Amino acid sequence: MDKMAWMPSNALIPERDLQKLPILDIRHLGIDFGGLTAVDDFNLTIGRTEIAGLIGPNGAGKTTVFNLLTNVYAPTRGSILLDGRSTAGKKTYQLNKMGIARTFQNIRLFKALTVEENVQIGLHNAMRYSVGDSILRLPAYWKQEKQAHEQALELLSIFDMRDMASWKAGSLPYGAQRRLEIVRALATQPGILLLDEPAAGMNPSETAELMDNIRKIRDTFQIAIMLIEHDMNLVMGICEGIAVLNYGSIIAKGTPQEIKQNPVVIEAYLGKKGGAQA
Amino acid sequence: MNHTYKKIPMPIRYLINTALIALLLYAGNAVISSGITNRAQSSLVLQVGIYIILAVSLNIVTGYLGQLPLGHAGFMAVGAYTCGIFWKSAAGSALPAPAAIVIGLVLAGIMAAIFGVIIGVPALRLKGDYLAIITLGFGEIIRILIINLSGITGGTPGLMNIPKRSSFLVVYLAVAISCIAIHMVMKSRHGRAILSIRENEIAAESCGIHITYYKVFAFALSAFFAGIAGGLYAGYQGLLTPSGFDFMTSINILVMVVLGGMGSMAGSVIAATVLTSLPLALQSLNTFRMVIYSVLLVIIMIFKPSGLMGTYDFSLSHLLEKLLNIRQPRENSPAQTADKKAGKRNG
Ligand SMILES: Nc1ncnc2c1ncn2[C@@H]1O[C@H](COP(=O)(O)OP(=O)(O)OP(=O)(O)O)[C@@H](O)[C@H]1O
Ligand SMILES: [Mg+2]
Repeated sequence: MDKMAWMPSNALIPERDLQKLPILDIRHLGIDFGGLTAVDDFNLTIGRTEIAGLIGPNGAGKTTVFNLLTNVYAPTRGSILLDGRSTAGKKTYQLNKMGIARTFQNIRLFKALTVEENVQIGLHNAMRYSVGDSILRLPAYWKQEKQAHEQALELLSIFDMRDMASWKAGSLPYGAQRRLEIVRALATQPGILLLDEPAAGMNPSETAELMDNIRKIRDTFQIAIMLIEHDMNLVMGICEGIAVLNYGSIIAKGTPQEIKQNPVVIEAYLGKKGGAQA
Repeated sequence: MNHTYKKIPMPIRYLINTALIALLLYAGNAVISSGITNRAQSSLVLQVGIYIILAVSLNIVTGYLGQLPLGHAGFMAVGAYTCGIFWKSAAGSALPAPAAIVIGLVLAGIMAAIFGVIIGVPALRLKGDYLAIITLGFGEIIRILIINLSGITGGTPGLMNIPKRSSFLVVYLAVAISCIAIHMVMKSRHGRAILSIRENEIAAESCGIHITYYKVFAFALSAFFAGIAGGLYAGYQGLLTPSGFDFMTSINILVMVVLGGMGSMAGSVIAATVLTSLPLALQSLNTFRMVIYSVLLVIIMIFKPSGLMGTYDFSLSHLLEKLLNIRQPRENSPAQTADKKAGKRNG
């Protein structure tokens, strides 16, 4: 397969990811909701350790792209290769096993369960013991549960949330709920992490901390991260490549510098709304 | 955090609980064999045990999985007839009684679980009202099948002369084993997977949880224990009639679960005990039993919509831990300020 042939046209891949099979290769992706074309001819390639941004005005179709990538909605058109394998016809849980994990714009935690249990559910497939092992409390149960407990606390400590392990997830402050969603997604050991507006509702200092942590996650786990965000400081600060979506179509792709200066992007953002906040 | 919260290690917890179960068994056996209790009272104890298993098993699907099935009596019936037929045919054989009891009950559970899978696969594609209606229909189908397969089941007059094998010991052990097994499953990755579906199906699936598998699993597990309860019922009554497994039986079990608090095993146990004992306790008011039922339900649902126990589960070890740490409050309660902040914005 001539992997390199299509790369330059689609990819925003940083140097370190060149020559490597991209984690995500999206071609001509599209979906119609009845008469409405929510996403159309979406082409994007994401490198294995890239931090990519997906931006665009409200209703542009960003969340819909995430839902297509995780097969919450089946695409009407196009194809997705995750780590070189087609995602067509796969169930959402299978895609997670194949290496894609996500957070949600409107937080979806297991609210009545504890913080630790939330993370342990993310670790579900990392554990292998059977129902019989758990009823009889065989060694496999104890060993893997102990591991999961330690792993959960370790993951929580990325965001300094170790001490909150026994809190109910629903009682966490808003920012911590967003961080817990990231930890839970990370627990599933993905190759690519999709973050849907991770900084929404956070104050500037929380956002700055989040930026550091997103970079830290990429560096420690060596995974790709694709994020949707309206906070331009965050996007321009940490994304290595950015795609701009408007009315379901990509109108620009490039580095933060290129995107900032792109007249089409400026038009889409400022032209209609007349002075949107940066 | 200067002081560390004293915890009771796991092996000691298990020891405490095992001792408690043995003690209760000994005490129960002593009371019943001493002859203090009359016949009605000792048979009530068996009935309570059977309803505890029914309520605790239904709680798996309603409380933990978050679905509303209305056909629990159907699974109970499958188990009851399986066990009844087996015990009857084993009565003349050389099979020793304890072996016959265990095999009969396990068969009852397995048969009911098979029905659980058969009904679960199509039913669990549906949600809410639709699932309720399908399972309700299933319960009725089972009852009508039993009436019509009279060659095997005895039809409307019933299956007679079943050996009365449900002694206090048998029922007690079955209750203990059922509760412990369900507890062990729920406190494992499999149990957490079931809970995650109740909490948020989309999030669960994107965490890699195989939703359909765990829904059917929960359904089958629930049916398995309902089948065992049915088997005990067969050996308690000595006679099975299809009318004993009608829609009202399913509703009665559901009432126990809701009253006790969906998702609380302790709640199910308490509610099953109270509601099963109520008629005997209020013998003179027996005609008003249903009225009292309903009034009780309405009152509880108004003042405590989450049921008597909410989702709280009683744990002796936790209670002991609290006593050990009486001067040091546990540091897991979220700060009030945190709640306020959380309220400011929502997704
Ligand atoms: N299930 C659906 N059925 C019909 N239309 C839908 C559905 N999901 C999304 N849409 C439509 O698709 C368009 C894109 O929505 P989407 O949620 O992807 O936008 P977004 O870019 O994430 O916006 P925001 O920044 O507000 O989150 C919207 O017009 C929306 O109404
Ligand atoms: Mg969105």
